[in-house]
Amino acid sequence: MAEYIILRNRDFPDIHKLDVYRENGGYEGLAAALKKKPEEVTAIVKDSGLQGRGGAAFPTGVKWGFIPKDVFPRYVVANADESEPGTFKDREIIEKNPHQLIEGIAIACYAVQANTAYIYCRGEFKYPARILEEAIQQARKAGYLGKNVMGSDFSLEIYTHLGAGAYICGEETALLESLEGKLGQPRQRPPFPAVAGLYGKPTVINNVETLANIPPILIRGAEWYRTIGTEKSPGPKIFCLSGHVNRPGNYELPLGTSLRELIYEHGGGVREDRQIKAILPAGASAPLLTAEHLDVALDYESVVAAGSMLGSASIIVMDETTDMVWLTLKTSRFFRHESCGKCTPCREGTYWLVNILERIEHGQGTREDIALLERVANQIALSRPFCLLGDFATTVVLSGLKYFREEYENHIGEKLALSFPAHPQPLVESGRTAIPPSRDLPR
Amino acid sequence: MFSPDSRAELDQILKRYPDKRSAILPTLYLAQRDYGYLTPKAMQEVAELLELDPTEVNTVAAFYTLFYREPVGKFVIQVCEDLPCALCGAEKIVSHLRERLGIEVGETTADGLFTLQTVMCVAGCDRAPVMQVNLKYFEGLTPESVDKILEELRSRSPEEEK
Ligand SMILES: Cc1cc2nc3c(=O)[nH]c(=O)nc-3n(C[C@H](O)[C@H](O)[C@H](O)COP(=O)(O)O)c2cc1C
Ligand code: SF4
Ligand code: FES
Repeated sequence: MAEYIILRNRDFPDIHKLDVYRENGGYEGLAAALKKKPEEVTAIVKDSGLQGRGGAAFPTGVKWGFIPKDVFPRYVVANADESEPGTFKDREIIEKNPHQLIEGIAIACYAVQANTAYIYCRGEFKYPARILEEAIQQARKAGYLGKNVMGSDFSLEIYTHLGAGAYICGEETALLESLEGKLGQPRQRPPFPAVAGLYGKPTVINNVETLANIPPILIRGAEWYRTIGTEKSPGPKIFCLSGHVNRPGNYELPLGTSLRELIYEHGGGVREDRQIKAILPAGASAPLLTAEHLDVALDYESVVAAGSMLGSASIIVMDETTDMVWLTLKTSRFFRHESCGKCTPCREGTYWLVNILERIEHGQGTREDIALLERVANQIALSRPFCLLGDFATTVVLSGLKYFREEYENHIGEKLALSFPAHPQPLVESGRTAIPPSRDLPR
Repeated sequence: MFSPDSRAELDQILKRYPDKRSAILPTLYLAQRDYGYLTPKAMQEVAELLELDPTEVNTVAAFYTLFYREPVGKFVIQVCEDLPCALCGAEKIVSHLRERLGIEVGETTADGLFTLQTVMCVAGCDRAPVMQVNLKYFEGLTPESVDKILEELRSRSPEEEK
């Protein structure tokens, strides 16, 4: 892309400073919004076709339009929990281009007439959150926040709020529970947050990257925005590229860019010129793709057609040396650790997935274990876990078996010395998943 | 007891929310800073300040990994060993740290200086392998850079971390 729209810090390294941001069009989107009626702002965002960048790709303007009339106060919450393995885009926005996020939040607040917004940052963002707070203070001093924003009769306060280490708090209803000071466990939906969200009030929750898209849309218009990306997936997207590539990093490119272009042109290809074995397009949470899929366009509809999901576009590349059983164990351990413990299929299911995979990985598995692994994963999905995390936990296991079943079978009966020894001590354990079952493995 | 600084900070924090209960995570962070870790007494004090049931405070604290309910070292080293970092040699960094510190993952050095933990992705995978020390990022790690970081930390007062 000729010019950065979101990662403008790449063009203007000092754009985290208010005066530099302002010299380069900063807060003009907010000024433009304040001249319009709130519902006109929502209509522009709707027309732009912007879809949520947090994973679900729900149309942002449509979401804003769900806020019921006549119920006050309302809230806007920016989701900066960014905990999906392989995702590091929101952190760059927060650290390097914080005013664009703040401006986006301010516009969203004006559109839905919310006077308070919270930015929920994962606890590990203690220092990035400080950068954000400083930017909020500057913006407030300059009259972009606080009472009578830019001389209008609209007032707004934005606060940061730190989580404390729990992936599930990225799920929007768990996030709200956590922000209310409760356990970060998902809520029953409906009611959706737009109707009854934070403190039971109408609430818009958007991802950091989604919100950073708003100021340019207000400045340049919906029509311009739609010239970028594909018809069904308009706009630019930040692709987080990691794993066995020569140049990992955030790449802001139009939606619809091919995997091949991302990995080989932008990412400099695979380390040591090895072959690609597998690609995770959405961190640990969506099915694997393989080298066969390199020509898939990275937009929401094409990745689904290829059997996976684009999600938050955390693209992890694995070369031919990667052991798929090890990989599956890795992602399964993630979900076992992050399961919030609220519902049985996910809490117990992720435990068994890890257990069986450990056995196979250690060369102690049997042929039946492979069938059992598949059965447990299918069973989790079939028993309809309370939130999507339960489904996420099955995707790498099932797609791993689909594409690489032979490799699992080759592990059977092997008493290999481990190439990746398990740690003698477990990961930081939380009180969420302390459920060491006393029973034997199901057979 | 909460330090006067923390008390003042808490007053500011409470203004942000319509409901005191929302301040539970920020208040637990203050308690952890003052007490070193979340002792039963620390959690009792948080409960009193926010007018909550101590059991509830306990349950909430237990839900999150960044609250320590047992003593930790002055520097908590959290090495990411999630998938992208693992693909880039996180394992080597963990064993190097175990060797240099002479402790296993989950343990604290006898001098009370370092606690070693392994954690899930901390959003720094483009510069893997990555660790956080008291939540500050150290990225693109090599065994050599880890040695330098340890040396630097040993010479530093942890007070400036807060
Ligand atoms: C288990 C789980 C974890 C999630 N983590 C995040 C996250 O870290 N950041 C995020 O923005 N959205 C995350 N989401 C998606 C949110 O629930 C929600 O869809 C999103 O914040 C809405 O914003 P958007 O419409 O701008 O994408 C997660 C969802 C699930 C089910
Ligand atoms: S599916 Fe997992 S994370 Fe979601 S509510 Fe159930 S136990 Fe919690
Ligand atoms: S996997 Fe280590 S920072 Fe993301």
